[in-house]
Amino acid sequence: MQKSRHDVWVGLFVLIGAGAVLFLALKAGNLLSLNFDETYPVVAKFDNIGGLKARAAVKSAGVVVGRVESISFDDKTFQAKVAMQMQKKFAFPKDSSAKILTAGLLGEQYIGMEPGAADKNMVAGDVITQTQSAVVLENLISQFLFNKAADGPAPASGASAKEGVKK
Amino acid sequence: MNWFNPVTVGAATREWLTDVGDATRLFGRLLAVAGPTLRRFGLVTEQVFFVGNKSLSLIAVSGLFVGFVLALQGYYTLQRYGSAEAVGLLVALSLVRELGPVVTALLFAGRAGTSLTAEIGLMKSGEQLAAMEMMAVDPVQRVLSPRFWAGFISMPLLAAVFSAVGIFGGWLVSVPLIGIDSGSFWSQMQGGVEVWADVGNGVLKSVVFGVAVTFIALRQGHACQPTPEGVSAATTRTVVLASLAVLALDFVLTAMMFSI
Repeated sequence: MQKSRHDVWVGLFVLIGAGAVLFLALKAGNLLSLNFDETYPVVAKFDNIGGLKARAAVKSAGVVVGRVESISFDDKTFQAKVAMQMQKKFAFPKDSSAKILTAGLLGEQYIGMEPGAADKNMVAGDVITQTQSAVVLENLISQFLFNKAADGPAPASGASAKEGVKK
Repeated sequence: MNWFNPVTVGAATREWLTDVGDATRLFGRLLAVAGPTLRRFGLVTEQVFFVGNKSLSLIAVSGLFVGFVLALQGYYTLQRYGSAEAVGLLVALSLVRELGPVVTALLFAGRAGTSLTAEIGLMKSGEQLAAMEMMAVDPVQRVLSPRFWAGFISMPLLAAVFSAVGIFGGWLVSVPLIGIDSGSFWSQMQGGVEVWADVGNGVLKSVVFGVAVTFIALRQGHACQPTPEGVSAATTRTVVLASLAVLALDFVLTAMMFSI
C-alpha cells in the first residue's frame, strides 16, 4: 500500500470526527451516568401508576437508587405490578414504602422509596405492598367538588326530587 | 415529450425503469467489489481526504451558525413559558436527532457530491473509464468504489462534528451572551439526551444519508452524457436527487426510529 502525503490529514479528520461522537455521547448524552452496578429485582403493587413509564428512576431522598424495569397488570388483584431493579449498594428495610411522585410541576413521574423501620433488609424478589398511587387529577377534582357540595347549604333540590318521584 | 400521447409516456416510463435498473446494478457492483477496495485502503484514504477533510471547514462553520440560530430562536420561544433553561436540551436534541445528519447531508451533497459527479463525468467524457476497461482494470473497483467508501466513512464523522460544533455554538449564545446558567444548560441536556436512542440514531441516519448521497453522485457521474452539457446536467441532477432523497429518507427513518 502506497503512502500518501494526505494520510496525516485524513488521520486527523477521523480523530476529530471520533472525538465529536465521543463528546456527543459523554457531554451531551448521559453515557457516564449509566449505571453498571449490580442490582436486585423488587416488585411493588400500585392501585394506579398514573404516568409512570419503564426506565423511570427510583429515588430515595431525591437520589437515584434504582430503575423501573417493567410495568404490568395483575388481573388477580387488579393492581399494577411494577418491577424495579434496586442498586445493591443501598439496603432498604423490608417494610419500606413506595410512592409515585412527580419531578417538578409538569415533570416525569418517578418512584420515591421511604425507608421503613424493620430490622431485616429487602432481598431479591421481595414484594412491596405499602404503596401510594399516583395523583390522578380527575379524582382530585371530583373529591374537591364533593367536599364543596358537602359544605354547601342543604339542597332544596332534594325535596323537589322526592315530589317529582311521587308524581 | 407529449404528456398526452401514450406512446411517449410509455417510452419515457420504460426509459426511466431501465435507468433505475441500471442504477441498482451499479449499486450491486459497488457492494461486490467492497472486499478488494477495502484491502487497498490507500485509495480510500486518498478519497476521504478529498471528500471529508475538504468539507470539514464548511461543515464546522455551518454547524456553528446553526447552533447560534437554534439557541436564539429557542430562547425567544422558551422564555415565554418560563423554561429558558431548557434551551441546551432543545439545541442538543434538534441537532443530534435531525439537523446534524440532514443539514450535513445536504451540504455534503452540494460540496462533495457535485465534485464526485463532475470528476467521474469528466473521466467518462475523456474516455478514461473506457481506457481502464481496455486494460482489464475494473473502473467500478478502481475509481467508483474508493469514493463510495470514502463517503460512507466521512458522512457520520462530519455529522458528528456538525452537531458538536452546533452545541458549542448554542452554548456560546446562551451562556455568555444571553446569560443562562451554564450548569442548568448542561445538566438539562445531559438529563434529556439519550446516548443510544438519540445520538446513536443520529449516527445511523448519517450513515444511511452518506450511502444515499455518495451513491447518487457516483451514479450520475457514471451514467452521464459524455459531453460538457451532459456533465453539467448530471451535476445539477446530483444535487436535486440527493437532496430529495435525504429529506425523504429522513422522514422514513424518523418514523421508524422515533415512533412511540
